[in-house]
Amino acid sequence: MNLHELWSIFVMQGFAGISLFSVLLLMGLGLALIFGQMGVINMAHGEFMALGAYTTYFCSTLVQDHAPRLLPFYFPLAIVLAFVLSAALGAFVEWAMIRHLYKRPLDTLLASWGLSLIMQQTYRSIFGAREVTPTLPEWLMGSFKPTDAIDIPINGVFVLALALAVTGGLVIFMFRTPFGLRLRATVQNRAMSNAVGINTKLVDRLAFSIGCGIAGIAGAAFTTIGSTGPDSGSRYIVDAFLVVVFGGAANLLGSVASAFGIAQAQSILEFFLDGTKGKVATLLFIVVILMFRPQGLFPSKVRSS
Amino acid sequence: MKMLSSCISGLAPAVAKPAAATLRRGFLTAMVGLAASLHATAAPPTAEVNTTGLSITDTTVTVGQLHSATGTMAISETGSIQAEQLAIDQINAAGGVLGRQIKVIKEDGASDWPTFAEKAKKLLVKDKVAAVFGCWTSASRKAVLPVFEKENGMLYYPTFYEGLEESKNVIYTGQEATQQIIAGLDWIAKEKGAKTFYLIGSDYIWPRTSAKIARKHIENVLKGTVVGEEFYALGHTQFGSLINKIKLKKPDVIYGIVVGGSNVSFYKQLKAAGITSDKQTVLTISVTEDEVLGIGGENLAGFYSSMKYFQSLDNPNNTAFVKAFKEKYGEKSVIGDVTQAGYLGPWLWKATVEKAGSFDVDKIAAASSGVEFKGAPEGYVRIHDKNHHLWSKTRIGQWNLDGQAKVLFESGLIEPDPFPKGYQ
Repeated sequence: MNLHELWSIFVMQGFAGISLFSVLLLMGLGLALIFGQMGVINMAHGEFMALGAYTTYFCSTLVQDHAPRLLPFYFPLAIVLAFVLSAALGAFVEWAMIRHLYKRPLDTLLASWGLSLIMQQTYRSIFGAREVTPTLPEWLMGSFKPTDAIDIPINGVFVLALALAVTGGLVIFMFRTPFGLRLRATVQNRAMSNAVGINTKLVDRLAFSIGCGIAGIAGAAFTTIGSTGPDSGSRYIVDAFLVVVFGGAANLLGSVASAFGIAQAQSILEFFLDGTKGKVATLLFIVVILMFRPQGLFPSKVRSS
Repeated sequence: MKMLSSCISGLAPAVAKPAAATLRRGFLTAMVGLAASLHATAAPPTAEVNTTGLSITDTTVTVGQLHSATGTMAISETGSIQAEQLAIDQINAAGGVLGRQIKVIKEDGASDWPTFAEKAKKLLVKDKVAAVFGCWTSASRKAVLPVFEKENGMLYYPTFYEGLEESKNVIYTGQEATQQIIAGLDWIAKEKGAKTFYLIGSDYIWPRTSAKIARKHIENVLKGTVVGEEFYALGHTQFGSLINKIKLKKPDVIYGIVVGGSNVSFYKQLKAAGITSDKQTVLTISVTEDEVLGIGGENLAGFYSSMKYFQSLDNPNNTAFVKAFKEKYGEKSVIGDVTQAGYLGPWLWKATVEKAGSFDVDKIAAASSGVEFKGAPEGYVRIHDKNHHLWSKTRIGQWNLDGQAKVLFESGLIEPDPFPKGYQ
């Protein structure tokens, strides 16, 4: 083992941490919007991710059966479709269920958990109980080799780029558009926003729908890393909440920082300890920090009523 | 849906109207006589073959099927459910068991271990089934075992598992760990000159026990070294750090005992990190044709699995089995090791019942020793004289792009040894 190889492994390990960061960030973003901004605990968040993943699978099967020549190109389109479908379903769910429960946060938790069960069973009925994987375009699968000893997984780079793009888009949306302004106003003071003529009901619906849409994008992106089953969503939800709660619920920057912190801690600990101990140590680390900072890393500056 | 409807048809005969009983009995006896003459095997009277009050009539015998049709394990257990049903259909078509048609009561363990125990109790106490084909994970088997021993039922268990168990009330139709592991390790050490191994598994009893047995064999018999041994939570999807450790330690062989959804992530990420079969030998005991369906042949091409059965086995039994399976469940369906082991259960039970001349559980448990099944798709199996496990061969398959394996090696019949000395 020479110095050059150690250096290569150091680089790849750095990338492993960044790659985990991008995954956690994508998981948490949609939830940060819904839970952080609106205070709605959406237990079905994972199932919206699964919807994105299944949309990708559906597209892949369709393309493979009918137009195999398009296989290298369908993936970006599948991501857009995943966003649109999840956002549409999100808007519908908000209209049919969530809006009646804004004043009863614990009931939202129960209702959205029920929704998650319904969605899981729907996936099971349509796609079967087996886990599925879409056929991915060849360009997503290999590795990028800057030197002989370094392999950077292309799917990791892809997820990273997507995570950054989505985060950037969300930040611009929140802080540079009129709608973002209205959303932030509604979060700070709903009654006053109503009074100055903001349609807060519309704001709620759009925010919820966009949060679900981002979950759909996340799900589509994760098909490059893992498989999708009817209950994949319940695997994602824990990590997603971890990121948002640790970051300080009402702060987007907090979610970014928290995803980065958790990812680095976990990947470094996994490298030096082993898989199980790494996870335990990471969770302990989070528990201890939350004991001293129950508001999370970046608590909201809004005065709580 | 298919499962539901057959479940209902299995329950139907329990409701009979007492008014027409006498008349019907006469009719039934006539029918039995007819059936018997048709099949040229006289169905012995029920009182003779069923002295313990099991749910057996002159024309039918009821058995139970207990798997997860829902929940996280449904992915794996679906194949076993299908194969057991296929075997039962074929046995019925060939005249049934002791002249009686098999009726099935299907119960769903729902991937939840207490539910398995509850449903096992229902099948044995309320339905009084003659045998149960079921369970998949060791956790579910451990949950139902006390029920089967207390209520004296008979369980045919299809999964390859960690061993360290033996019961009068269970027939293990999959391999125990030493059967599956040792032959595979010997082969890879001989063929590839492998000396260093990295063991990677999911974090529960089967991978941990298997890793323990593998380590003992590598260190004590093969005189090799285990350079790493790690376990990840079920459902873990990020293997970046692990892969870097593998690159650092450069093992001759990566030994994979990862299961479920993690499996897919693990092999996808190995490929994405440039670890492919031209540079690295990977041997796994947790990938069958079922798993390949999810992982994708392109992510596994060139890697090896150590199993007792592969769908591509070339023998007349298997050709017929694969054909029948695909006719019933669709051209795209695949058959993995456990699915085939599930298929053995009903046939072994039938052979045992016929040998014992009785459905009584005690007589079956005693008669099981030495029962053979020559029609097994894997070739030939025989129940061990003492421990209720099967004598079976172990094969090494190398995965192709199309998700089928090329069988490179076949051992002789290996004696099952659930309590291996020197491996605990």
